[in-house]
Amino acid sequence: MSSPTLPPGLAIQKADERIMTLNVGPQHPGSGHMRIVVQIDGDQIVACDPDPGYVHRGEEKMAEYRNYTLNVPHLERPVIHDSCNILYPYVLASEELLGLEIPERAKYIRVIASELNRCIYIQYWLAIYGIFLGHSTMFMWPAGDRELLIDLMEKMTGARVTHSYFIPGGIRNDLPANFEDVCLRQVNYFEKRIKEYADVFYENPILISRTANTGVLTRENAIRLGTTGSVLRASGIDYDVRKKEPYDVYDELDFETPVLKDGDSYARSRIPWLDMMESCRIIRDALQKMPKSGSVRVKLKPNPKGELGSVYKRIESGRGALGCYIVSDKKPEPYRVKLSVPSFRNLIAMPHLLIGEKLGNMPSIYWSLNYWPVEADR
Amino acid sequence: MSSDPEKEPIEKKSEEQKSSEDKPAAAKPTPKPAATKPAAKKEEPELPAFEKGLADKITEKFGEKTTVSYVKPDRIGIKVGKDDLHDVAEFARDVLNYDHVESVAGVDYPSDKEIEVVYHLSSYTDPTLSRQVLELATRAQREEDPIPGNDATKLKSLRDVFYSVEFHEREVFEMLGVYFEGHPDNRRLLLPEDWADLPPLRKDFRIKGR
Amino acid sequence: MEQWRLLYNNQGGEIFGSYLYKSKLQLGGTNLIKDLVTPQNANVFVGKLGDILEKAIDKPLGYAINWGRIWSLWPVHIETACCSVEFGAASSPRYDVERFGIIEAFGSLRQCDLVVVQGTITRKMAPRLRLVYDQMPEPKYVIAMGACAITGGLYFDSYNVLPGIDGVLPVDVYVPGCPPRPETLIQGCMLLQEKIKRMKARKFV
Repeated sequence: MSSPTLPPGLAIQKADERIMTLNVGPQHPGSGHMRIVVQIDGDQIVACDPDPGYVHRGEEKMAEYRNYTLNVPHLERPVIHDSCNILYPYVLASEELLGLEIPERAKYIRVIASELNRCIYIQYWLAIYGIFLGHSTMFMWPAGDRELLIDLMEKMTGARVTHSYFIPGGIRNDLPANFEDVCLRQVNYFEKRIKEYADVFYENPILISRTANTGVLTRENAIRLGTTGSVLRASGIDYDVRKKEPYDVYDELDFETPVLKDGDSYARSRIPWLDMMESCRIIRDALQKMPKSGSVRVKLKPNPKGELGSVYKRIESGRGALGCYIVSDKKPEPYRVKLSVPSFRNLIAMPHLLIGEKLGNMPSIYWSLNYWPVEADR
Repeated sequence: MSSDPEKEPIEKKSEEQKSSEDKPAAAKPTPKPAATKPAAKKEEPELPAFEKGLADKITEKFGEKTTVSYVKPDRIGIKVGKDDLHDVAEFARDVLNYDHVESVAGVDYPSDKEIEVVYHLSSYTDPTLSRQVLELATRAQREEDPIPGNDATKLKSLRDVFYSVEFHEREVFEMLGVYFEGHPDNRRLLLPEDWADLPPLRKDFRIKGR
Repeated sequence: MEQWRLLYNNQGGEIFGSYLYKSKLQLGGTNLIKDLVTPQNANVFVGKLGDILEKAIDKPLGYAINWGRIWSLWPVHIETACCSVEFGAASSPRYDVERFGIIEAFGSLRQCDLVVVQGTITRKMAPRLRLVYDQMPEPKYVIAMGACAITGGLYFDSYNVLPGIDGVLPVDVYVPGCPPRPETLIQGCMLLQEKIKRMKARKFV
């Protein structure tokens, strides 16, 4: 790949002998599971061509050969630390196709599981952001606090990360005894704990100087590129699917969606942290409003057949809006499953933000896009 | 869905159209249960007004060229011929205020000898459209022995209308072999560099042991 | 013994030749040894001497070398799939795999001696993984982490996934699970340490 063909206007033309091509990844601390081909002039990035696909496992093809229930375990693998949220749109869409009405208690439990999982995801994301910035404490604190919520999820679902908890028709099993109290206690502690992050990370002058004013995504570009989630909300657009198109019981819960105006890496790194506080609020609210008893699952027929037609459902995951498009042809297996994942949608912003920046800023900009390569590749 | 009559896809056009649009993969034969079902349900509630208004705007403007495949709460499905897709997308952007594409999905229909490409449009700027997703579906001709990029499976790219389709269209190109004319960057994205098999999401590409 | 020392100190030097010449005179005129040992092939003898020395101290020296290797297994930073989440969790404060000398050293792969294959290997990643492995210096060890790295796991029928990494890398320890818990990974690392303890250190000197 000598010279990536870039859209006109993106590439800065320079004399050839000054330009050097660098492969960042796939074996590189600053890339993760993907390769970024950058061309640099001195220290400045003049062209950037992300090369994903190193973890492309053909989930969408596999989904065409398994029935609606058997699709659950493998569809959650792209983001195993956010596994409830990636299953959410699939489950909602297949419930509409299968014609299921799920019980009220299951809806609340789903919201709680989804928000706990969002926190787990963001803590991991924050920990890796610490590694990318060379901030050891920023790895140790979130990675340690994350285990608290993982314990909670383990109590709830039986697995550390791959829960397979959401299934078409509700959730797999009811909450264990005394879960509400334990959850409330741990979430309160967790909220107290993440507030301390402000002093150590977000008011840390070194972190601010490394992230502020780098990789600025303007409001217009954020809309034009179709970015989503924290990237979008850091650029000053208040769009969160939980608020704008509430699914399950989000319209009955009390929360806000944080929005920042700057659009730089610092704002993008703050939004998920603010999201976690809102998640704690949602969990507390949902625990209060949840029906204390009742069924949590609709019993499915063996090999349920989907209604003829197509459904597109979307939810807000830890990274952004996650859509699932299912086409059914009255067979037990879906005809086509398409996951429209936020990482893939945010990938398009990467060349835009990196061009013109210093190479040293690349890790901080790249990871601030809230990008999980395995999910983008599916 | 049968338990919730409000969410039933609503017939806009005649029954043959419905069957040709909504029936994936199956052969085209005779009126089938799907076509008779909505007719049986006479107590069909009125269409959601706002969505119907949006769909009507498109059908008024383009008339015969577009067909409405369904109008559900918050979802509109429009079917467009492949030559008019660009115009409809421009209309959706300029008049209806849709500003980005959420996903581009390709669906293979070997029995129709067609590949459908579905664009899901949504809007950040218009607060009235924040719940809405507009589904623009178009179909390209399908070849039995595909040579991706060099056969008749071609569509006009929407990249100059919605910039956000860039990577999605690249994905559809490699997964189904639909070449997008006017896309500046029709390169491989996810598959290995030496992939020489069929595009994997076509129905005649079989995976191991299935 | 003095003869050996001279051989060792003066490889092909003047004294070496003269000494042999003298010994020939002492032996009574036969030039057999002089024909065998010339200044040109004296290195053969020196090499043999190295072998003898090593044999003599193999046990204690090997023990020391292996001890050093066991407590400084540095994994390469190559993430291949989703098991990297649990690999990251293994170095978090709760599990702290650094206790066992396994530091996630984010440096060059030329300082690393362990590849933890973190999950699924796709067709696109396999050549890169082999390239990374080939660039590492000996000794190097491989841990296959997760069901996908062992047999292909959940993705047994996917079109882009290898059925296990046995065809790409020689695996030392298999760690099952989907994904393995951090405790399982730590146990796998300890099994590898046991294995290294019983290996012959000389193999790689």
